[in-house]
Amino acid sequence: MNVILNAVIVLGILGLVLAGALYVMSKKFAVEEDPRVGKIADILPGANCGGCGFPGCGGMAAACVKAADAGSLDGLNCPVGGQSTMEAVAAILGMEVGSSSPKLAVVRCNGTCENRPKTVVYDGVRSCRIAHTTCMGETACSYGCLGCGDCVDACQFGAISMNEKTGLPEVDAAKCTACGACAKACPRNIIEIRTVSGDSKDAFVVECVNKDKGAQAMKACAVSCIACKKCENACGSDAVHVEGNVAYINPETCVLCGQCFDACPRGTIVSLSAAGIQRKSVEKSTSKSASSANAQSAAPKAPSKEWKPIEIKYDAALLPSQQVLLAGPKDISNPVPASKDVEFEAKRTDAPLPPSQMILLGLK
Amino acid sequence: MKSFKIGGVHPAENKLSAAEPIKVSRLPEVAVYPMGQHIGAPAKPVVNKGDKVKVGTMIAEAGGFVSAPIFSGVSGTVLKIDTVVDASGYAKPAVYIKVEGDDWEESIDRSDKLVTLKEKPELTADEIKDKIKNAGVVGMGGACFPTHVKLCPPPGQVPQWVIINAVECEPYLTADHRLMLEKADEILVGVDLLMKAGNVEKGFIGIEENKPDAIQLLTEKAKASYPKIEIVPLKTKYPQGGEKQLIDAVVGRQVPAPPAIPVNVGAIVQNVGTAFAVYEAVMKNKPLFERVVTVTGKSLAHPSNYLTRMGTPMSLLIEDCGGLPADTGKVIGGGPMMGKALINIDVPICKGSSGVLILNEKEARRGEEQPCIRCAKCVSACPMGLEPYLLATASGKRMWDKVESEDITSCIECGSCQFTCPSHRPLLDNIRMGKQTVMGIIRSRQAK
Amino acid sequence: MNKLVVSLSPHVHSGDSIAKNMYWVLIALVPALICSFISFGVGALITTAVSVLSCVLCEWFVNKFMMGNDKCTVCDGSAILTGVLLAFNMPSNIAPWIVVIGAFFAIGVVKMTFGGLGGNLFNPALAGRAFLLISFPVQMTTWPTAGQGFDSYLDAETAATPLALMSQAFKGDTAALSQLPSAWDMLIGNTGGCLGEVCALAILLGLVILLAKKVITWHIPVSIIATVFVLSGLLNLIDPLRYADPVLEILSGGLMLGAVFMATDYVTSPMSAKGQLVYGVSIGFLTVIIRTFGAYPEGMSFAILIMNAFTPIINQYCKPKRFGEKPVQK
Repeated sequence: MNVILNAVIVLGILGLVLAGALYVMSKKFAVEEDPRVGKIADILPGANCGGCGFPGCGGMAAACVKAADAGSLDGLNCPVGGQSTMEAVAAILGMEVGSSSPKLAVVRCNGTCENRPKTVVYDGVRSCRIAHTTCMGETACSYGCLGCGDCVDACQFGAISMNEKTGLPEVDAAKCTACGACAKACPRNIIEIRTVSGDSKDAFVVECVNKDKGAQAMKACAVSCIACKKCENACGSDAVHVEGNVAYINPETCVLCGQCFDACPRGTIVSLSAAGIQRKSVEKSTSKSASSANAQSAAPKAPSKEWKPIEIKYDAALLPSQQVLLAGPKDISNPVPASKDVEFEAKRTDAPLPPSQMILLGLK
Repeated sequence: MKSFKIGGVHPAENKLSAAEPIKVSRLPEVAVYPMGQHIGAPAKPVVNKGDKVKVGTMIAEAGGFVSAPIFSGVSGTVLKIDTVVDASGYAKPAVYIKVEGDDWEESIDRSDKLVTLKEKPELTADEIKDKIKNAGVVGMGGACFPTHVKLCPPPGQVPQWVIINAVECEPYLTADHRLMLEKADEILVGVDLLMKAGNVEKGFIGIEENKPDAIQLLTEKAKASYPKIEIVPLKTKYPQGGEKQLIDAVVGRQVPAPPAIPVNVGAIVQNVGTAFAVYEAVMKNKPLFERVVTVTGKSLAHPSNYLTRMGTPMSLLIEDCGGLPADTGKVIGGGPMMGKALINIDVPICKGSSGVLILNEKEARRGEEQPCIRCAKCVSACPMGLEPYLLATASGKRMWDKVESEDITSCIECGSCQFTCPSHRPLLDNIRMGKQTVMGIIRSRQAK
Repeated sequence: MNKLVVSLSPHVHSGDSIAKNMYWVLIALVPALICSFISFGVGALITTAVSVLSCVLCEWFVNKFMMGNDKCTVCDGSAILTGVLLAFNMPSNIAPWIVVIGAFFAIGVVKMTFGGLGGNLFNPALAGRAFLLISFPVQMTTWPTAGQGFDSYLDAETAATPLALMSQAFKGDTAALSQLPSAWDMLIGNTGGCLGEVCALAILLGLVILLAKKVITWHIPVSIIATVFVLSGLLNLIDPLRYADPVLEILSGGLMLGAVFMATDYVTSPMSAKGQLVYGVSIGFLTVIIRTFGAYPEGMSFAILIMNAFTPIINQYCKPKRFGEKPVQK
């Protein structure tokens, strides 16, 4: 009995003393913080992606409060939460936010195994940064996607996945928050965070960054931009320009008329929408005349402004490859090579280590 | 036997072509000269399409102080100025020359007569340096650092020794070995010239003990006529040819961590091939347009050493050695430890091309990667006293602060760690990536 | 022609592999196993076989069904090595079911839960032994005497080991030390004890093999043995009746086995030479402390386990000597 009593008394006193100590500490060492910062941080997505330009959501919250005190929330935007989140933040601070157009990560390379044949085999760490330092990659294009998936690893939202058939990353427009982590991770600046139009996220994009001269680019890849300037001439709103042997469509001035899409003899300009990527079906041929002849035959299928309502439903569960799903009948009859042709043999070394390894290496 | 103090490995030597005398290779149909053959600013072309050039004509001038001019190794017509995929794997600007005959510039002394410094005592240090600079001589060991820059130490640094790197620690390569056996006198004159240019009183030639014939020959000749030059036999160990390791091995001084350079401890290190090029440039008025290249590989029919004009495609040399074997898996420009794997075999021979190595399918593939068992073999192999296992893992995890504090910038990328790793881990791939990133971070920090 | 392979340098490899290292350690353990068979008979072989078999099975099972790993990791020899070392740390007359439990703890809990080879914080064999020592103290500390014939197994006669005698001496039994076997007997294994630890000579032969094949470096074994020798020598000088002769001290118990095969385990020992010396000296020091003042007569396994826990922090502070750090002057 005595033992139990002693235990209760000792533990009780101990509890009281420690509780008192905790109380004193929390009062004495309390850090003064604007309560609004905490509220805003709760609203923010909490992914700490850094897409807003601040170190994590806490940093963004503090910046919002500071900006509100200074009088304006202009320039602050959470790419992950988007307009609705910023409106909620503004409501707490008693401010208003201007509207911002949605953005999307766009992979500007369509060098699939079929379009861009491999010339060598890379045998090393499957990391784009490392492969980029070795050589121009496994193909004859020194600008195109290396296919090691640094962008996939960088994405915090599971919006990019590697298509094993094409060896290229694919962006899921619904999940993409345009935080820009993938664009930073890409050593070849292939991924662009691009302003897109409306909720259906429409855009026309030049799916190539090859700056080689036309003949060389043509040899390296069947869908490369050869800087023929047909798109530049076709554009009625001065949005398309060829600079450094590669065309670029300025999203600010583009009116989504689709003229460049029709004009491109190589099928390099593609149409983006919520349905995924719409590519023009161009017969895979390296001869210039053949491609331009095909461009005309493919023209009727080209989308215009009216095309936008989506007829083809994208069902991820049905088919993993958007390209195959959305390509013309010709491409389906001529399917992309089986995945075993794509070499993904070496293991990535930046895969997660067991926690004990991290402790042993002192990398906590 | 002397050697460097920390780490090191001993790969199988495989010096297949050590007994093959140097042959003169035939001329190509088209010679290609990339403009970036050296460390520093790329050279600027001074010829135009359609220009006629002779052997030894300057086709590109130096693009800055740390740069070097480029000379034609063939005579003919400039075909075009375009790009070519060089050993780096990327397309670089280059001059293409269509070969017509073999017409040399008159100023070049083509006789075999040996000219020593005694016969030309009037040469001053500055004259020698100028001649080296104008002849486009760069480090011939592979790094291609312009030689005249090394001979002009920063203010306050006084060189004491010229150390000649004749260790050729890379397996397979025999170009320097053959050069020493066949051009010993010229090399010794070259060393003499370098000593005069650097204003030093003592010269060393470090040779690994796996080349006893070269050690003996050079020792005899140096004893007879060059008392200031000492031949230092070294224990066979990789990476003895690393500048810092060689200084440690020969004179026992360790260059401090970067940004210190060898001259901070009083040493100027030059490759033995460079010494020969210096002799030819100064005494024979012959700019750098040819070099000895080892073409080797276990499955190659006739591994050989060639005296090759620069601009010759490697495919031509491979052809002359019996053609590319059917089981070729990898073609390497340079040695197997630090060379670069080539994406095609038409890469032209450049100033730094010490060898062409052909590995078969089986040798070309890396072993299967396994988990790190922390056996510490990489730590004991590292000649810089680093911890490769830690640097590689932390680089893979993008922990730049950590790798910087672990002295990643000291890494000389010799590959000893990856060579020795029983788990076949791609240590150097990751470390190199980390090092490049950290260097970038440091540069941007300094720029601020 | 085939497509050319492109990778970064180096393009050659030493040909070393995990399996090679593991099998060389196993070869180095063979002399000790033979001596153990001579001393304890067939029991030694049975216990080792049971231990190896259950370790390998456990690793295969966990790898295949719990980690979903298709690749067979058994072939790299690390599970076999753990099995042999675990058996070497047990008396030869121990019941097989205890061995199986120990093996499952060593592999299943200590090794595989941390991610398999290379991930474990503690030496699996020693952790297995510590687990058994706490769970089955009687069975684990009843050692058979040597030389009872080749057929002796579960029914072998048991006796106090030299370490137990030393422990008694410390507790005041002045006669205990005089009952110790001679150094020669301990060297050749003519004494009681765990299966693999009795013959110091065989273990030293193993050490020579490991050093010759460059599987391990000298730092850890030499620093442990030297530290124990010096410390116990000092104690012996203070009071020869209570503290045993340092030569007997280093030849007795699992010291040799631990110093050569346990403490040198790659995964759980420090990386730099400096760190390995710190680790070795600390193990030696802790061993003497536990042997002399602790409850258990043998301190080697606990000393190694304690230092395993300190390995990360040793790695943190004991860096290898960097090239070019020494001050430059003429």
